[in-house]
Amino acid sequence: MVESKQQWKAWLYLAPAIVLLLIFTVWPIINTVRMSLLENYNGLKAAGGASFNFGFANFEKVVNYRRFGQCMKNTLLLCVITVPISSILALLIAVALHSIKRFQKVLQTIFFLPYVTNSIAIGMVFAAMFNIVGSFLGTDQEIVVTAGIINNIIELFGGTKVNWINYGSTYAANMFVMAVYIIWNALPFKILILLGGLASINKQYYDAAKVDSTPRWRVLTRITVPLLSPMLAYVIITGFIAGFKEYTSIVGIFGEAMGPANDSGRLNTMVGFIYDSLANNNQGRASAAALILFAVILVVTVINLQVSKKRVHY
Amino acid sequence: MKIVLQNLTKIFPSRNKKSDEEVVAVNNFNFEIPDGKLIGLLGPSGCGKSTTLYMISGLQKPSSGKIFFGDDDVTELSTENRGIGLVFQNYALYPHLTVKQNIMFPLQNLKGQDKLDKDTMLKRAYEAAKLVQIEQLLDRKPSELSGGQQQRVAIARALVKMPRVLLLDEPLSNLDARLRLQTREEIRRIQKETGITTVFVTHDQEEAMSISDMIVVMKTGIVQQIGKPQDVYDDPANLFVAKFLGTPPINVFSGRVKNGTLYIGSDAVMDIQPVPDQEVIIGIRPEGFLLDGNGPLKCSLTNVEVMGRDVSIVSTHDASMNPSVRSIINADNKFDVSSEYIRYTIKPHKIFIFNKETEERIYFEVK
Repeated sequence: MVESKQQWKAWLYLAPAIVLLLIFTVWPIINTVRMSLLENYNGLKAAGGASFNFGFANFEKVVNYRRFGQCMKNTLLLCVITVPISSILALLIAVALHSIKRFQKVLQTIFFLPYVTNSIAIGMVFAAMFNIVGSFLGTDQEIVVTAGIINNIIELFGGTKVNWINYGSTYAANMFVMAVYIIWNALPFKILILLGGLASINKQYYDAAKVDSTPRWRVLTRITVPLLSPMLAYVIITGFIAGFKEYTSIVGIFGEAMGPANDSGRLNTMVGFIYDSLANNNQGRASAAALILFAVILVVTVINLQVSKKRVHY
Repeated sequence: MKIVLQNLTKIFPSRNKKSDEEVVAVNNFNFEIPDGKLIGLLGPSGCGKSTTLYMISGLQKPSSGKIFFGDDDVTELSTENRGIGLVFQNYALYPHLTVKQNIMFPLQNLKGQDKLDKDTMLKRAYEAAKLVQIEQLLDRKPSELSGGQQQRVAIARALVKMPRVLLLDEPLSNLDARLRLQTREEIRRIQKETGITTVFVTHDQEEAMSISDMIVVMKTGIVQQIGKPQDVYDDPANLFVAKFLGTPPINVFSGRVKNGTLYIGSDAVMDIQPVPDQEVIIGIRPEGFLLDGNGPLKCSLTNVEVMGRDVSIVSTHDASMNPSVRSIINADNKFDVSSEYIRYTIKPHKIFIFNKETEERIYFEVK
């Protein structure tokens, strides 16, 4: 009797959270599934009280949509490029930070700054850094007025200016800028997690390694990485999930055009696709795209978890 | 490989910036550890014994003084290049590696002409495992082993690269009583078999006494006495050493010397020379009491504990500085358990007297 009474109390305490979750998480998910199955749904009631047809037409439309393949390709490419690089960089930086005593807190703060800065603002700064203002305006005459700092540095070392993001720039150049931006932006969180992990590793393992004259590289690969593997798995899995939801970074650099002026939408991502669909009052298509994205993330995460089960120690 | 410690000192700066209070963990330690011996560093916690060990290992740098391995000055040499084996208090086995991988780990680090091929490494690992009798556990992970087994793996890992010096930091403190007894004999056997100069740290005097060739008793960073276990026990340099060694501990009394007679309270225990009249502290080993109906030391009997071979008699005496006086008597001695008092004579070589202020030993002869 006492037990059921306490259960009743437990539910009461949980109620506020559950109610909010039901309204703002569970119902939207159900509604998304519903909307994705309503053909031609536009967020309004069907004209003349008629009901929408029920079926998979939205999914078909999404897959056949002109830009969908491009969005999927951009998203996957950015994930595959940025997640491994940023994870490895974060690991190296975290290990380096952990091993120094002086200025550790100062450097930690510097590395953490991108995390607390608005990504649109960072994007605008990056856009300025990679910019070439006044050049390549669709003509053959170069009338460079001013170039961003990156091109200035390239010229300083004797290279030629690259059109990174402006009118007429190449897809590869665009992707390079995006990758640099996303990697840089993803670092702080990963460094923070890995630093926490490093702090929890018993120092005696390193003393033992020292006694056994272990070279530094072997300490990293044979001791630090395995002992850090739970954190690394976490960082990589969340990295992929964040990568699949990439959107603001592209808006930050390219603006709402999601691409250079001559090819808008070239760098659009899955989330961008969903957003565009909503902006066009096509809730059905947006819902279907969201569910496809969800399925992709689910599959990748399951693969990640399976791999990490084998690789993560204890 | 003999180890020479020369004026070894370690000072830890104060943590609190406002006070200049430094901690002298090890103070001017001089000792030559003979080749192939097992040395026990013994003392209560905070006495600097672990610090000494870690200075020998190179994981801590001495503030001053020198360390030699043989004739090589290794004071400035980093841990990596000292060629030592170290067994940590909690073993520090790599949790993600199997026992075999753990033992092979030091061998895989060898470079240049010392580099071994895989078969040799496996062979050496197996030999080390066999030495500590864990050859059937090679494919397990450390988490699947008991404390005693982990401890053996740690020893095997330290021995596999044939170190010049083996260091053990409280090697038995994580084991239960029975395993401790077994493992300490094991350590002794392994040390004898390999002949590696071994230093181990412990706060358990019984452990140190039972297996060491020599013991070093330390207190607050200062070496109190160095010697063979039995010698230190029989001939303590000061009250601290006398109190620290022996179970049950030594009985301590306040007393005085007057006109060549040693008094415990008002009991004139024995006539001694050549000690001038003074207040003294008297220590008597539990086995130093002899039952004697006419004996000079009269104690009030509280309790008798029968231990089979021996009988432990608990009594009280006004001059005792311990709550009770404990003596160990051969069980063949018959006496009246119900009597109120018990009388002893004292074996002269089991009684020590110490200066009341300095607590240093005062040597005497029985008249």
